[in-house]
Amino acid sequence: MDYKALGLKAGIEIHQQLNTEEKLFCRCPTLLRNVEERNGEIQRYLRATVSEMGTIDRAAEEEMKQMRFFRYYTYDSTCLIENDDEPPTPMNPEALEIALTIARLLSMTPIRQVHTMRKMVIDGSNTTGFQRTALIAVDGVAGSTCQIESLCLEEEAAQRVTAATFSLDRLGIPLVEITTAPCMHTPEEVRDVAAYIGMILRSTGRVKRGLGTIRQDVNISIREGARIEIKGVQELDLIPEVVSREVQRQVHLLAIRDELIRRGAAIPEDGIDLTDLFRSTKSSILKKAACIMGASLTGFAGLVGREIQPGRRLGSEMSDYAKKCGVGGIFHTDELPAYGVTEQEVAALRERCGAGPDDCVVIVSGSHDQASCAIRLVLKRARMACEGIPEETRKMLPEGSSAYMRPLPGAARMYPETDILPLEITSEMVDGITLPELLSEKARRYADEYGIDEAVARQIAFSERFTLFEEAVGTGIKPSLVARTLFGTLRELSRDGVDCGGIPDEEILELLKRVDAGSVAKEAMPDILRARAGGADLEGAVASVGPVFSVADLEEIVRRIVDERQEFIRERGDAALGPVMGVVMKEVRGRIDGQVVADVLKRSIQEML
Amino acid sequence: MKAGDRVLCSPGREETEGIFIAEREGMAVVKLKSGYNIGVTASDIQFIGAGDQNRVSPPDVIQNPNLPLFSIISTGGTIASRVDYRTGAVTSQSNAEEIIRAIPRLGALGQYRTRQPFTTLSENIQPSMWMDLARAVYEEITNGARGVIVTHGTDTMAYSASALSFMLTTPVPVIFVGSQRSADRPSSDNIMNMLCSVAAAGADLGEVAVCMHATANDDICAIHRATRVRKMHTSRRDAFQSIGIPPIATVTYPNLLVSTDRDAIRRASNEASLADRLEERCSLISFHPGMSPAILEGYRSCRGIIITGTGLGHTSTELIGIIRELIEDGTTVVMTTQCLRGRVCDRVYDTGRDLMAAGVIEGEDMLPETALVKLMWVLGQTDEPDEIKRMMQANLKGEINRRSAHGL
Repeated sequence: MDYKALGLKAGIEIHQQLNTEEKLFCRCPTLLRNVEERNGEIQRYLRATVSEMGTIDRAAEEEMKQMRFFRYYTYDSTCLIENDDEPPTPMNPEALEIALTIARLLSMTPIRQVHTMRKMVIDGSNTTGFQRTALIAVDGVAGSTCQIESLCLEEEAAQRVTAATFSLDRLGIPLVEITTAPCMHTPEEVRDVAAYIGMILRSTGRVKRGLGTIRQDVNISIREGARIEIKGVQELDLIPEVVSREVQRQVHLLAIRDELIRRGAAIPEDGIDLTDLFRSTKSSILKKAACIMGASLTGFAGLVGREIQPGRRLGSEMSDYAKKCGVGGIFHTDELPAYGVTEQEVAALRERCGAGPDDCVVIVSGSHDQASCAIRLVLKRARMACEGIPEETRKMLPEGSSAYMRPLPGAARMYPETDILPLEITSEMVDGITLPELLSEKARRYADEYGIDEAVARQIAFSERFTLFEEAVGTGIKPSLVARTLFGTLRELSRDGVDCGGIPDEEILELLKRVDAGSVAKEAMPDILRARAGGADLEGAVASVGPVFSVADLEEIVRRIVDERQEFIRERGDAALGPVMGVVMKEVRGRIDGQVVADVLKRSIQEML
Repeated sequence: MKAGDRVLCSPGREETEGIFIAEREGMAVVKLKSGYNIGVTASDIQFIGAGDQNRVSPPDVIQNPNLPLFSIISTGGTIASRVDYRTGAVTSQSNAEEIIRAIPRLGALGQYRTRQPFTTLSENIQPSMWMDLARAVYEEITNGARGVIVTHGTDTMAYSASALSFMLTTPVPVIFVGSQRSADRPSSDNIMNMLCSVAAAGADLGEVAVCMHATANDDICAIHRATRVRKMHTSRRDAFQSIGIPPIATVTYPNLLVSTDRDAIRRASNEASLADRLEERCSLISFHPGMSPAILEGYRSCRGIIITGTGLGHTSTELIGIIRELIEDGTTVVMTTQCLRGRVCDRVYDTGRDLMAAGVIEGEDMLPETALVKLMWVLGQTDEPDEIKRMMQANLKGEINRRSAHGL
């Protein structure tokens, strides 16, 4: 696709959890729990409220189409503040300091006086019905080309367990939200900027690492299209695919719009009740429905079923809207007869709705209220199709397509958090920050100082264990040994399904020290780490692999094995080295350096020959 | 510059447009297009135009004349709170009509008369306001309300409800209701508390009560007898608890089914009457180790004192002298306990016997705050020491139980 010709404009919002001791507006630890560890549950209803400007936000209003009932799991590591049963504490200064550090790394200007806001969120992920958020800094740069618009500090939402059940452990973890200007013009550029900002964030050494701790929202528009926000892109490598699929979607929707205008498409005011048509249908869904509503979309034939993104049609968009009313989805004549609906039923349907061959009939089923609500939203979406592309917040589907979530929220969803006093950012606070070394600089320094291969140095600098690497090298352990252990051994073990993530850095450092001092064989590392990951403590893990052999011990074993295989060795000569080495290694593996074994054995064989 | 005006400011490198909200201590609060408020130096903002006022007009209050008539009396408090976005403070300013408007489901439960004798945060309530409130409620009852709902701040709600309980005899429910979370939050407890209180006001009850969340969930409201209820938590939704007795009724949410306790006073058990005189010169004193007798000297102007003593109802022996003097000067002194749960008994230990000999009245199992408003009321009815003592120790409105049930 020619993105330039299409006028692609993309921006990105990055949400990164901070690794603080306590949460942003309460004193709970920033600890994720298993739902099995919950110690209670609370149940609440939420509803939209009027903003300070006297309006109800359109995104919030849309969420209110259904009765909103939610359950929340509580833990011994959560408190009344997460329950919305106690006012918030002042903003966590540690989180603010990290945010200001990031702001400086991105050359941003801090706000003089920070005001915490409430961003209305009534999808249940916040017990209060809003997310506390504060603008901390503005106007920065990422790399050479991309402008950063803002950096906010906000509360992480509760984690969804099932549709209406949330876990409160994650609620309140500090999150920085970095928003770029819409200054990217190709899918790859978006990924590169996201990668750069991610590197800046990790350079602080004070952000959470691992799955779900960083999320990208991508904002995409093309000329004549609309601004679309796609939420929750977790993998960087998927970003180009997401951007390209959204561009496809907008291109197809614009083509559909043009076709609809050409055909003089028209949409009825309301749906009609078609329940009686399906009294004796073979479609199990329609048969059990209390109410079936439908409408004929004039000039829509073939367009509702047209693919706009891999696996997605215009009908999928209408279906997403209809689902807001609690129905399972929609049927339309571009895909019927199917799903147990017969050709005769389709004909009857068309006749009842007065639909001609150029028209598409859409039906929805559910309770009376659900079906009437759903058909109205289908008609609303159909009207939008004639105008172009609606501004929306969408969620990413696993392979990079996206589904409608809600309208793009407006400023009306923000109002002041009156429980938290405004906070001055003084020049002392900003100047007092020690800027961390960027990971990219670190990589260069490792390569220069330690003579490590550049690719390996980069791997080390960008990894979670870079602090361990620096500490180990600082105590005098050979950089090559540390690098090989951290980025060879550990990686190979994880490839074998051994999870070494839980082994504390201090223990790995201790092992490295022992290898360096010769009290543990380098070869023993994998077995020791495997035993440690399996639940043994460090001493137990070391002991399980056995004591280190001395060279004298080794010579004795080698002599015995060589003696036993005299005939074989005489027969094969030097070529016997390999097979006999295998036998020796079986006995001594992991307890003495392999190179030493090879030397001793070679000497012993040569003596014999 | 006034709130809503469009202004230019430069929080970073770029100049940006925003809406002026307020100025405080040299800092101007500006709302940016993104919705975020920020504080910038007041002299750095530049006026570019007046804002447009596009406030949504409130929907009409729909009253169905076929439904039972309730009276909603609003006195202020969190349930009627609104955020003043100009100053950023939460103030208590909306009236009963706005509450009805904000909760459309109320229209399906009844029709409403509203009045507002005063509007105040409940920490500022004065006993004189209880008199105004009692008169207002009495008028609503005699004017045919099926039930009366009083919206009230939670801080002193138990005091006010208890005071009305003594001043007013009612054939219909008089339900005090508030909210712990302000109404501007999507999670506020105001809607459920309000709907449950209307259900309670329509129920088979004939006494003054408090209706609030029974749990941390939006599932059940408890109806507490006014003389037995206490705010036991600073912030939880279920802060209000009945002490010494179970709640007199519960209302489930959202279906609003009321179940009443066997001991609840039924609708129309009593005729409406009002005895609205109070003696305001009364005080509540908490004894503590190290309390100096000189402290009590300051209470000489009081006509009645409730002491919350330790345990069974004690002060240090050191205080007994001044207590005796106060009583000899005509002050009524009633002993209650800081334990809150249980009954005062000054006959067990010497200290207690000495207090009784000095003329202290045992407050039985009354809550200290209930004893205070009761004493104000009793002293408003009689000056006769024996009659005061008799009334203080008699169960007038469920404040005293003759026996202490186990498990409560």
